[in-house]
Amino acid sequence: MIILAIYIAIFVGAYLVVRLVMSGLAKAHDFTSLKTVTFGDESAVKANTAASIISVVAVFLIWGAFTGSSLSPVHVPGPFVGDASFTYTAEAEDGSRDDATVTVRVFPVGEDVEEPEVEPGEGFAKNDAATLGAWRSTLIRVDRNDEIGKREGARVVAIDGKPIAPGETVEVASGVVTLTPKGTPNYKPAQGWQMEPIWLPPPEDVIRRIGEIAQEGYQNYTLLEHLGWSLFRVLLGFFFGALVGIPLGYAMGLSGWFRGWFEPIVEFMRPVPPLALIPLVIIWAGIGEVGKIILLFLAALWIMTIAARSGVSGVKISKVHAAYSLGASKWQILRHVIVPNSLPEIFTGARVAMGVCWGTVVAAELVAAEKGAGMMIMVASRFQLTDIVIMGIILIGVIGYGIDILMRMAERWLIPWKGRG
Amino acid sequence: MSSLLIDDVSMRFDLPDGEAVQALKNVTLNIKEGELMAVLGPSGCGKTTLLNIVAGFLAPTSGTISLGGKTVSGPGPERGMVFQQGALFEWMNVRENVAFGPNMKHMPRSESDGIVDHLLEVVGLRDFKQKAIYELSGGMQQRVALARCLANDPDVILMDEPLGALDALTREKMQGLVLKLWKETGKTIILITHSVEEALLLGERLLVMAPRPGRIHKEYRLPFAELGVGADLREVKKHPEFGPKREEILSMIWDMEEEIMGRAEEADA
Repeated sequence: MIILAIYIAIFVGAYLVVRLVMSGLAKAHDFTSLKTVTFGDESAVKANTAASIISVVAVFLIWGAFTGSSLSPVHVPGPFVGDASFTYTAEAEDGSRDDATVTVRVFPVGEDVEEPEVEPGEGFAKNDAATLGAWRSTLIRVDRNDEIGKREGARVVAIDGKPIAPGETVEVASGVVTLTPKGTPNYKPAQGWQMEPIWLPPPEDVIRRIGEIAQEGYQNYTLLEHLGWSLFRVLLGFFFGALVGIPLGYAMGLSGWFRGWFEPIVEFMRPVPPLALIPLVIIWAGIGEVGKIILLFLAALWIMTIAARSGVSGVKISKVHAAYSLGASKWQILRHVIVPNSLPEIFTGARVAMGVCWGTVVAAELVAAEKGAGMMIMVASRFQLTDIVIMGIILIGVIGYGIDILMRMAERWLIPWKGRG
Repeated sequence: MSSLLIDDVSMRFDLPDGEAVQALKNVTLNIKEGELMAVLGPSGCGKTTLLNIVAGFLAPTSGTISLGGKTVSGPGPERGMVFQQGALFEWMNVRENVAFGPNMKHMPRSESDGIVDHLLEVVGLRDFKQKAIYELSGGMQQRVALARCLANDPDVILMDEPLGALDALTREKMQGLVLKLWKETGKTIILITHSVEEALLLGERLLVMAPRPGRIHKEYRLPFAELGVGADLREVKKHPEFGPKREEILSMIWDMEEEIMGRAEEADA
């Protein structure tokens, strides 16, 4: 909630600041900036570069601020670290009371610290010492060293002078103390707003992990091998899917028998999510490479079939008629008219299929694999290695995005006539 | 002589709701080699159906089409076709589009290059040889379509409203080009149009068709096409006979449209 509020504040604040700065600069005089109607005119809406940059920076800034990152210049309050103390008041059965101090050394998780040395002090209640990792809480058995302990009928009645009963909580200088139902104080130092690395590691940890796993590897394979295997499976599955799907789509677009025969199958298989096929593929082909390739083949097959079929359906009859009138044979019509005319549709299908395949391969690797991006993050999550999980998610996203950009570049290069027919 | 003979052609097909449509009824025509015939008529008179039958895309329910004595049974390169728009192959550049017919015959590049260069010169697109189709204006695209059709050296050129989608000025220029190509190549041309003026200017013969059933209503022989070759078409329009002819044909088509409307209203009532 706090994070959302901060995010919205940055969003609005950045907008106002950028607008203020921009209004100070010289105005652009290109055609779009001279339009008076921009609300409702989609062509006049261009992504604001400053907004994009600030947006990305803001994500990393919030991430850094809430994880105490050394990369972030600002931080939200972190958890309490250092020596804290509070006093407790014990009451013996005869009604006599005595105070003693508890000193707790709170340290960042992962460091070795020694218990603080304390004097036992006067009276029947003796001073105590404890150590505690940040974000943790601990029971402090204060009566352990007392002359009159719980067994002798003494009980804790106040913390820092404030009266307390079992189940109640009292605030102390650096945290809270709760008395358990059995009467033992439980000390919980202030948590701050930052996330514990086990939930969300700071960005530099994730970056360090990338370097580390790229060199040393994780689970017997290097980072490049994990990602490469995932990509290889996708390419191979997509290749076979296209190899079968495109000719099948053409056949369905050109022959009534093929269309009648395959339409029920294609229309039935198309809405089945590839993820739903994972269990069946594992039963049939096991968890090895063959099973994954079959799964990705099935994920790409229907998409490519439908793309090729609609590519054929999309050919203008006047083009086909023109080609026949120019003396083309059926084979020449297919080769020179129908295939090139369907390329834009097939490319669109290929982009969708690659996206689906990439998603499916990660999911399949999450279920069972020896190597691959999905397997890497799944295994890491079992060991609570959140930095590897986040690193994996980021790299999966980057690769998916990269695939789409490459496909779009190839499309512009290979079919420049798309949308200009 | 390879004249085009349309012999007692009728076209009747069933609709899914059980009714039947008589698109053409007993159409007989003899178009001699080198004639330019314009076909005019209200919508639904079957003129496009007739053209598709001549092109071989449709088979008539009765009657035959023959070109130079050979019966037409399907599309063929001896009957070239120019469509209204969008029939060019946008994955090929201008040169490849024009060379399509020769390439389908596996004509060697050295030979087809000469044909393409010559035709692009004729239609005035010499400098646009390597351009992509989508970079050309509508008028230029129709010039490419004309050149592509001529590259195959057909006996008959069938034009289905080839200038229908062009603006008025471009259209007038293209009308001049059609006349010029007709005269220079001596091809037989059948041209379907919606525009009475275009039919008068281009049609050496002018066929007015009537709807329901589609049939030949009246035929004219006109002097304007000959006059228009190499001349200013606006001058032709000032010819003393041009205006009266236009009015005559316009009112004829108007009457047909009115009749259709009247019949439709009766049917509604």
